[in-house]
Amino acid sequence: MSRPVIEVESLSKRYRLGQFNARTLREEVDQFIARLRNKQAGKVGELSGASSEFWALKDVSFSVQPGEVIGIIGRNGAGKSTLLKILSRITEPTTGQARVRGRIASLLEVGTGFHPELSGRENIYLNGTVLGMRFAEVKAKFDEIVAFAEVERFLDTPVKRYSSGMYVRLAFAVAAHLEPEILVLDEVLAVGDAEFQKKCLGKMGDVAQGGRTVLFVSHNMQAVASLCDRAILIESGRIVASGPSAVVIDDYLRDADEAARERVWNDPADAPGNERIRIRRVSLTSEGTDSRRNLTTDIPISIDIEYWILEHCARMAVNVVISKADGSEVLEDWSVAEETWRERDFAPGLYRTICTIPPNLLNRGSFKVSVIFIDTLLVKEIYKSDRFYHFTIVGVEERDVYWHGNFLGPIHTPLRWKTTLVDGKPPPFLQPQIIANQ
Amino acid sequence: MNQIPTDYELVIRPTRGWLTLNLAEVWHYRDLLLLLVHRDFVAKYKQTILGPAWFVLQPLLMTVVFSVIFGEIAKIPTDGLPPILFYLAGLLGWNYFAQTFQNTSGTFLSNVGLFGKVYFPRLVVPLSVVISNFFAFALQLATLLVIWIYFKLFTDAGGLFGFSTGIVWLPLVLLQIAALSLGVGLWLSALTAKYRDFSFLSGFIIQIWMYATPVIYPLSQIPEKWRWIAVLNPMTMPIEAIKIMFLGQGTVVGAYVLFSISITVLSLLSGVLVFNKIEKTFVDSI
Repeated sequence: MSRPVIEVESLSKRYRLGQFNARTLREEVDQFIARLRNKQAGKVGELSGASSEFWALKDVSFSVQPGEVIGIIGRNGAGKSTLLKILSRITEPTTGQARVRGRIASLLEVGTGFHPELSGRENIYLNGTVLGMRFAEVKAKFDEIVAFAEVERFLDTPVKRYSSGMYVRLAFAVAAHLEPEILVLDEVLAVGDAEFQKKCLGKMGDVAQGGRTVLFVSHNMQAVASLCDRAILIESGRIVASGPSAVVIDDYLRDADEAARERVWNDPADAPGNERIRIRRVSLTSEGTDSRRNLTTDIPISIDIEYWILEHCARMAVNVVISKADGSEVLEDWSVAEETWRERDFAPGLYRTICTIPPNLLNRGSFKVSVIFIDTLLVKEIYKSDRFYHFTIVGVEERDVYWHGNFLGPIHTPLRWKTTLVDGKPPPFLQPQIIANQ
Repeated sequence: MNQIPTDYELVIRPTRGWLTLNLAEVWHYRDLLLLLVHRDFVAKYKQTILGPAWFVLQPLLMTVVFSVIFGEIAKIPTDGLPPILFYLAGLLGWNYFAQTFQNTSGTFLSNVGLFGKVYFPRLVVPLSVVISNFFAFALQLATLLVIWIYFKLFTDAGGLFGFSTGIVWLPLVLLQIAALSLGVGLWLSALTAKYRDFSFLSGFIIQIWMYATPVIYPLSQIPEKWRWIAVLNPMTMPIEAIKIMFLGQGTVVGAYVLFSISITVLSLLSGVLVFNKIEKTFVDSI
């Protein structure tokens, strides 16, 4: 392999919480006096103690080959942004170093340097040069940028009159047409509508295919999975996993999901509910498998609910609503569907209801479940849980046929398909004389 | 397909020491510098009725106020020159200095959003301020000339003043003022980035500084014995020089000029170094 374009060697970044961030001179003077006093007393002041230090990055090393597209994933506050800030030279590392070979451009925010009073045209030039382009380079790309952003008609309008969609489109368009050897992107796709995000991902795909190196921080696992060859998982400032993106994402989701996929309340007094019903446990698992396993599209998923009934109830049904992470409902069902339901009478006690979502029904993506208990005799809610239980379904294939990584819609159930040969002969051609006759 | 220039390698590591200024990089960003000048100019006067006329009106109004307070009420002498012209000539250099100083001293604080998200040599921003303030200077210069001609042709005071051949030095004096205001402004911007207290101080500093500079009084009014104190102020010589150039009256001494230039060079160099040092980690202390 050729020489890496980025070589990061034991990069660390320390923030001092107490001392360094002193904002006013007075605080600094106070601290100085405090330090002097402490020295006299032979003590080390609390302010200079280790407790006020915070390592946002600790001993991070990795290298990137030319043309690689690397995803950087991790929870909020894990240190991803600090890493990007150091590579973009916005701040300096405390120790360690990084070697970057080639022109690097970073996009940590969409529309950096935009001035609301300037027109779209002026902002394209300003933004382009802020990002490191020369005026002539922006000029050469100008028409392409305008076409991508679809703002031709508003080029001479101040951007403060733009809709937020137009603003974001224009800003991304400028950045997307930068031609650096290395592109660093931080969560820029979190803005804009789905249509636009798709367009941006497409543009990024082109960039990657053009052989340029991309470093991409995102919480959109599907985007990372489909765009990146390799992913790096950062946790508390350290690299905890690095490798093929499908594997690293799997690791990450398992860890992130594990905590959220089972909620238990052992003490009925704290448990969600009311005087008639209390929830003891809700868990989302794949039936009969290890609870740590990722939920995939091809396995049945169980919504397993344990609850105390505190007051006798003649007719009771558990109702679940499955929604997308954005809140749009996907499906709802209740336990009335259970065959033995009609003969039931619910005396006080601990009950367990398992609702199973058949395999190959939900599409991959993030979902949430809410639980409602209904008195079916009075047709009234007994208790509606105000919290949601989240789960994420990942694909089984490593990479979808659509590079965007998903079939549309919340549901993906295999439809029946049949293709047959109707006639082995080639289609009859229209005869030239017939056309002439007409 | 993928061309990585082997000659370009950037090493990101903690900087030690002070002499890390990369002027070639500033040069690479010269287009940005010009666009920032354009932005300042457009943004400042959008949604004002008078627009760039403010460049002319603001010093005129100040001159009127000075004429009333210092000329009529306090009766501070003006080297025998018509007060309006005296103040206007003094303000020509001073306003450029004060504007540039105040704009550059806020560099870090007013660009937090930009500096926190994208890298470019931060020095580009104060440099763009120095250039965009040239426009205000030029308009003010034109105003001075118009009023100068009026006084020359239509008033009895016409014989009291006149251009001096020293006017050929005007570009150099302007350069010195630019360098000094940039140097001091950079110092203050670096201090403000660390201690917010200085953002309150900058307005105060510039007010006091004006009274310490012969803007509203001539240097000749200060007794010979104490003059050396006034000359410690590096702005004294440029302001006096401008008055000589346009009005033929003022006190300029070679030794004082040399001293003032040395202070200017010193403050510019140290200002750039301090600024350069602070810019590296400034985003961490926001």
